[in-house]
Amino acid sequence: MIRDEWRKELRKSMTAKERMAIKRVVMPMEDPIERLKGNTEVNKGLSVFEAVKEAQRCLDCANPPCIQGCPVGVDIPTFIKYIEAGDFLKSAQVIKQSNLFPAICGRVCPQEVQCEKNCIYFDKLNKEPVAIGYLERFVADYERESGTTYIPEIGKISQVKVAVVGSGPAGIAAAGDLARYGYQVSVYEALHELGGVLRYGIPEFRLPNHIIEFEIDNLKKIGVKFYTNIIIGKTLSHDDLKESGYKAFFIGSGAGLPKFMNIPGENHVGIMSANEYLTRINLMGAAKQDYDTPVFYGRNVAVIGGGNTAMDSVRTAKRLGAERAMIIYRRSFNEMPARKEEIKHAMEEGVEFLNLNEPVEYLADENGRVNRIKLRRMELGEPDASGRCRPVPLKDSEYSLQADMVIVSIGVSPNPLISMHMPELKVTPSGTIEVCGELMKANVEGFYAGGDIVRGGATVIAAMGDGRKAAFAIHRYLSGI
Amino acid sequence: MNKVIAKENLGKNVVRFEIEAPLISRKRQPGNFVIVKIGRKGERIPLTITGSDAEKGTISLIVQIVGVSSHKIASLKVGETVTDVVGPLGRPTHIEKVGTVLCAGGGVGIAPLLPIAEAFHEAGNRIVTVLAARTKELVILEKEMRAFSDELLVMTDDGSQGMKGLITEGMEQIIRRETIHKAVTIGPAIMMKYTSLLTKKYNIPTIASLNTIMIDGTGMCGACRVTVAGQRKFACIDGPEFNAHEVDFDELLIRLAGYKKEEKYNYGEFLKGKVAN
Repeated sequence: MIRDEWRKELRKSMTAKERMAIKRVVMPMEDPIERLKGNTEVNKGLSVFEAVKEAQRCLDCANPPCIQGCPVGVDIPTFIKYIEAGDFLKSAQVIKQSNLFPAICGRVCPQEVQCEKNCIYFDKLNKEPVAIGYLERFVADYERESGTTYIPEIGKISQVKVAVVGSGPAGIAAAGDLARYGYQVSVYEALHELGGVLRYGIPEFRLPNHIIEFEIDNLKKIGVKFYTNIIIGKTLSHDDLKESGYKAFFIGSGAGLPKFMNIPGENHVGIMSANEYLTRINLMGAAKQDYDTPVFYGRNVAVIGGGNTAMDSVRTAKRLGAERAMIIYRRSFNEMPARKEEIKHAMEEGVEFLNLNEPVEYLADENGRVNRIKLRRMELGEPDASGRCRPVPLKDSEYSLQADMVIVSIGVSPNPLISMHMPELKVTPSGTIEVCGELMKANVEGFYAGGDIVRGGATVIAAMGDGRKAAFAIHRYLSGI
Repeated sequence: MNKVIAKENLGKNVVRFEIEAPLISRKRQPGNFVIVKIGRKGERIPLTITGSDAEKGTISLIVQIVGVSSHKIASLKVGETVTDVVGPLGRPTHIEKVGTVLCAGGGVGIAPLLPIAEAFHEAGNRIVTVLAARTKELVILEKEMRAFSDELLVMTDDGSQGMKGLITEGMEQIIRRETIHKAVTIGPAIMMKYTSLLTKKYNIPTIASLNTIMIDGTGMCGACRVTVAGQRKFACIDGPEFNAHEVDFDELLIRLAGYKKEEKYNYGEFLKGKVAN
């Protein structure tokens, strides 16, 4: 691999031993007691000094394995070395070649199972990996606060129109790339605010709204048009869009339907999906002064599930005054799908983890409001199809505990609205849109799809990766290359 | 967009609006609803579309003032705009020619019933309508309903208009008198519970349109879940209309009352604020 001169010099400026002697940076955080009082972001971000020092740890591997771990293939060593060289704006440009939204991904990507998992420090040297996520966020925040944001170059402007359904991570990633290829891109959003799950799902303490707004504004600057309150399949059909000249479509309508466990009492008042709870708080401002949407304030709040959404819910409940905020998860910490950092933050905030427990029934008071959960204890058995150990109920282990609010966070099914109104679109038995491999192409000519509508429930970065792949495939389709 | 074109008081605390919504006006069918939101800090609430004019690009909505959000909507003046309107949502009513259709509407439930009665009428059915309310001032859209009904009966609790008695009494009179092939019942959940029990007794296929708590209206939140034939259904995408005989109305009643305390408190504070201002 040919390196630029500056990079060779940089490499020689420190020995590998010196680099390896540096300890991984610790992310400065808001104090747990303080952060429970409000909605401020927990991670405060690295200082320039901390970022440069962390960047020095990176050994600038000849065949960087970290890139393989990134779903969108960010050139990680190059952006890190620009940080070490002190050229943070250039570093941001490098990331934006592959990922237009580093401020978001630096905050919400599960780095520990992606880039950082592949880092030579972790994989070969048995040390803590380079803090790639923290550095990505640092660069993005630095650039945003510098006021000189890099707006990517736009290809030859074309008059061809492309419609994007949904303004979540898949949609905005597709829209960004399509605009860069030069197309006229319109994004249609069903809700009254943009951002999809970034907005209604992920709380402010993890991803502040102003960052989403900033990223969307940048898309507007490169010509992407956004329309809220429009449901494709309802307000406008895809035929309407075709008639008004759209030549290709990307569907990123997300995972619509919350799953429930189908156990007795699950429809009692005070039991809701994580989607409902988080939407009330994040999208509707239910906990803020003067906002009209109501929300329950539970004293003993149980959140069912062990994913990121479960962590977001339980930590939100804690911030809204819950005395006990509990995670009820049927496996153990090892199998928990949430980001490690979210679990750590939840623990710091006093969230209780009732692992190896499963709800079997909910009981209610005379008004129909939930007041107790019946649980049973579990143990781990043989690995199942997902590769994780299957939880097996322990005999005669049932017990119950108080809970006046329950948030069910056990996953989502794909949104059925599009396929309901487009019967010719091929979907799997579980309702996800069938796409052909890397092209993200659906069975209907000109239609592409990605994100949770294809995956059924995955990460922000996976959705962004899909959006980018689809944008490229759409570009090939429209330009005939 | 979303401009209020006309506004009319239909009765005590009930207001009809005509709103500019060209895209929705072209797509809506009987049974569809919209979600509206007033102001940046407003709540998303579902409202059934009572009618539309695709040429003018308008839809009409009927609102009963029961809390903060409905109060805010009802306070809009002609020329002002509804911040957000999205739709049309829900599955449209399945309209077919069956013979005689009994339309039973109570309170503001008469508003969503109107386009359904109209569609069944146009499909060539005989329409017999029973409208019910506590008292005379709460009977809405009688004239409009009459236009599509071969016969129309009004029931009031206090006898101030039509016959004195419950909606079920009026319905039973008709059911005993002639063959009813289908019934449509829309109104407060408690009313629909009893109208459904009645038509079940006489084996009349019945549809009920449920007005549940909702946020997004696209299946995302699950707040609108109801139990129908022992299965979980989402009123926003599987409904809002269901086989009335299969709906667990007792559960629906409890779930509808879920936020009552919060809503009552918020409305009290809102009205206090109004006075203070």
